[in-house]
Amino acid sequence: MSKPPKVLMPTPATSQQSNPQHNWLLAIAVIALAIFPLAFVRGSYNGADGQAQDAITNLQPGYQPWASHLFKPASKEIESLLFASQAALGAGVIGYVIGLYKGRSQQVNQQQATQPPSSSDRSPK
Amino acid sequence: MKTRNWKGGSLGLMAALSCYIVLGSATPAAAMHIAEGFLPVEWAGFWWAVSLPFFVLGLRSLIRITNRHPELKLLLALSGAFTFVLSALKIPSVTGSCSHPTGTGLGAILFGPSVMTVLGGLVLLFQAVLLAHGGLTTLGANLFSMAIAGPFVAYFTYQLLLKTGRQRLAIFAAAALADLLTYVVTSFQLALAFPAASGGIMASFLKFAGIFALTQVPLAITEGLLTVLVWNWLQSYGQPELETLKLLRQES
Repeated sequence: MSKPPKVLMPTPATSQQSNPQHNWLLAIAVIALAIFPLAFVRGSYNGADGQAQDAITNLQPGYQPWASHLFKPASKEIESLLFASQAALGAGVIGYVIGLYKGRSQQVNQQQATQPPSSSDRSPK
Repeated sequence: MKTRNWKGGSLGLMAALSCYIVLGSATPAAAMHIAEGFLPVEWAGFWWAVSLPFFVLGLRSLIRITNRHPELKLLLALSGAFTFVLSALKIPSVTGSCSHPTGTGLGAILFGPSVMTVLGGLVLLFQAVLLAHGGLTTLGANLFSMAIAGPFVAYFTYQLLLKTGRQRLAIFAAAALADLLTYVVTSFQLALAFPAASGGIMASFLKFAGIFALTQVPLAITEGLLTVLVWNWLQSYGQPELETLKLLRQES
């Protein structure tokens, strides 16, 4: 991986410095938003593609879908496996990238801490 | 054949819609992409034709970015992965049904909307081919709603709200609006293809919006919050990349 020639020093964002507590609050809010309907609204919660298709057949009674899927998951279990894989793959990449960035910025911070502050000005190698 | 059910149908339609809005009723709904074969041939073709130029533009922009700043590839992967995760999560909503967010806002804010057309397209293709979710014939239409309309709204909302100086709010609003609008566009696409016998496109739109958009409201908030969460991480650890993105914006 080629680095850009000029090293960009991480600028300490003054007003935008993120607070780890905020992140926890965000995560809790997301979970609460998902639990709230389950607790207070009674419904079937099936995500089957039914309703919109029913609406279509309501609006245009004779409508027949003219194409069908080339491949269909063999069962609900296989389908949930594929969805879980999709989420796992994505989450893995996000964790990898954020982890890498975090490790890198810690390294930069350590280097800055060990170097005398006078030499931290932009000096061409 | 059609005329027979006109009045009864529209009455029922209005009643159903009122139920939805007043009670947030517990009818199962599938607020997702348009299923395979569920758009008439001409509309499927139309949306393919509309979406393809955007896809080509997005591809060019993607290639330009990765050529000029190869160090941004990881951040691109992160944006793609974010859509990948979010569109796999079917989350319960206040209408008593489940739907999933789109996750296109983050990438649109970081890289610009057309890049997300490509990344969102990959997610849609994956779901259409492997998960029987969405479809290849309706891919053009779904691409337009999720990977074109959504990201563009996110991008412009962000640019507009950034002027107020509240960056996190701008990000939250951009991501949430993109999510919500994706499903409003989906409703509109279905309404265009299936206008109600009485009341036409508008009545039909309200019906589909009741199914799609209403379910999406809490999910849009969820997506906004998650986007801010990832942004916070980037702000803390990914400063060099964010600086490069600033340079990129000045170049173009």
